[in-house]
Amino acid sequence: MARVAVDVVIKPEILDPQGKAILAALRRTGHPGISSVRQGKHFDLEVDETVSNEDLEEIAAHLLANSVIEDWTVTRLDQQEQVQR
Amino acid sequence: MTARIGVITFPGTLDDVDAARAVKYADAVAVPLWHADADLRGVDAVVVPGGFSYGDYLRCGAIARFSPVMTAVKKFANDGGLVMGVCNGFQILCESGLLPGALLRNRGLKFVCRDVTLEVQTTNSPFTQNASKGQPLRMPVAHGEGCYFADDATLDQLEAEDRVLFRYKDNPNGSLRDIAGVLNEGRNVLGMMPHPERAVEPLLLSSDGTGSSDGLVILQSVSAACAAIHA
Repeated sequence: MARVAVDVVIKPEILDPQGKAILAALRRTGHPGISSVRQGKHFDLEVDETVSNEDLEEIAAHLLANSVIEDWTVTRLDQQEQVQR
Repeated sequence: MTARIGVITFPGTLDDVDAARAVKYADAVAVPLWHADADLRGVDAVVVPGGFSYGDYLRCGAIARFSPVMTAVKKFANDGGLVMGVCNGFQILCESGLLPGALLRNRGLKFVCRDVTLEVQTTNSPFTQNASKGQPLRMPVAHGEGCYFADDATLDQLEAEDRVLFRYKDNPNGSLRDIAGVLNEGRNVLGMMPHPERAVEPLLLSSDGTGSSDGLVILQSVSAACAAIHA
């Protein structure tokens, strides 16, 4: 078994109103040094050896993220290496 | 021959009963369809109603897209069948790839539940053939993720091909170019955030004391389009 992390965030050119609300809260609570917050989703997957990098990319692209509005990264945590697409 | 219009129920669907009632008001027969069935029971058109299918888990419509009934709906739509998605149904059709774009969290972050006025942009569709161009239609919206997004090239293409069916007069959610409803390339699939099925009789009053049956023209258009197929 291996652990894989998939991180999904809204594309940079799309307004993220939740991130903006969090940024405003940070400013109010005394953290003026933060200039941007983008909210996303994080998935932890436990996968066996039959799951290839291509499978992971397919899972991320077709279910975990919506490619119209979101970017994603797939990282094999045991090797700490980002799966390249 | 009376049109038979299917209304899908997913776990978490809210508007199937309203949609079935609206179909009846449009002189068609409502046929209940279940998410786990891959069979559309020979219907002439399909309504994908609103609600919170599969609890809106992951993204609105992201899980419903993989249900057996949606496999059948995709085939039906690709063969030219009429499919109409309202609210969560619109989100499901976008996730399924039957419609371009996606629905984002409302610009103002609030769940918006009120009446809006739409303007019919084109009558060149089976969903608006009984309406007139520029006709204002008043009906409720009720959504938290209704901000329509597509990239500029896609939006330009939608406009150039006359596929923006409805625009908001008073944009409630930040949708790009005030888009409230769009068509697919074949003009047989509609997605819209506002609820025509909740505006089918003037007796039901909204908060300002006025009722609306403006949604009926959309369902009547579909009903007539189905009847024309049989004629």
